[in-house]
Amino acid sequence: MNPAPASAALALGDDALVLSHRLGEWAGHAPVLEEELALANIALDLLGQARVLLSLVGDEDELAYLREERAFRNLQLVEQPRGDFAHTIARQLYFSSYQRLLYEELAQGDTAIAELASKAVKEVDYHRDHAEHWTLRLGDGTAESHQRMQQALDALWRYTGEAFEPIEGLAVDWATLRARWTDRITTVLRQATLTLPNGPQSGAWAAGGGRQGVHTEPFGRMLAEMQHLHRSHPGATW
Amino acid sequence: MSSADWPLWEVFVRSRRGLSHTHAGSLHAPDAAMALRNARDLYTRRSEGVSVWVVPSAEITASSPDEKDSYFEPAADKPYRHPTFYEIPEGVRHL
Repeated sequence: MNPAPASAALALGDDALVLSHRLGEWAGHAPVLEEELALANIALDLLGQARVLLSLVGDEDELAYLREERAFRNLQLVEQPRGDFAHTIARQLYFSSYQRLLYEELAQGDTAIAELASKAVKEVDYHRDHAEHWTLRLGDGTAESHQRMQQALDALWRYTGEAFEPIEGLAVDWATLRARWTDRITTVLRQATLTLPNGPQSGAWAAGGGRQGVHTEPFGRMLAEMQHLHRSHPGATW
Repeated sequence: MSSADWPLWEVFVRSRRGLSHTHAGSLHAPDAAMALRNARDLYTRRSEGVSVWVVPSAEITASSPDEKDSYFEPAADKPYRHPTFYEIPEGVRHL
């Protein structure tokens, strides 16, 4: 087995870790108990992926809790605040569709990342299914749910382009990945009577991107919350 | 709409091929498709199951606790109704 490229494991691991934390924020706040558990389950799946991926790079705790904001390589999409339920579902739709296609590709390889990807692809398949299902319900639901879902899709659209910037060390045809992703999203949104956003998917406003360690303002506050316990009590154990 | 307005569903999980579905618990969901998804998340996340059923709780007809005696008592003292005199062949599980 080939050693996994550390930069790639870090990028994918940070995506999973940060999104896991954002989903975890729904605990105690989700619209219904059943949905709270569904989101928590997805968060735990992602946390499991993050642990494997970050362990390929170094000490998982040190990487999660002691890195500064600029050292994180996650997409700006996953660090956005959870927003209302429609925002969370829109993000899940964009991200899990991307992750599902990406992991399917990566599972073909022979690195340690491929091993993780081939296991995680089944989890992610369910994440995508969950997001698509809710997109259909909200989009084709009431006037308010439709409007909120469309608003969320539009608001997060500008963070989606970054996902298809090549990651160093991964042999993936990014243009094809992007085309397949767009196809899938287009089909789901049409079924849900929603409109595919047409604004730019990235641009100068982004001032770089999460993969380069440039993050948006809410990420600092999220990290402070995520890291403060570990930083206040270094080396503490249960 | 809050979950208080959603109907209750009973969840049955089959833990292995060859076993029957067993009642696992209940949940709220607006319709059957959602109930099945919620059941997956609530009751099968620790590899408890290979198959799940959801049934609207309102569709279940139950015996009344008041009729317990006439329903179940008479069975208690008739040992010949229980096939306890056979030896179970080796290799037969789940009997």
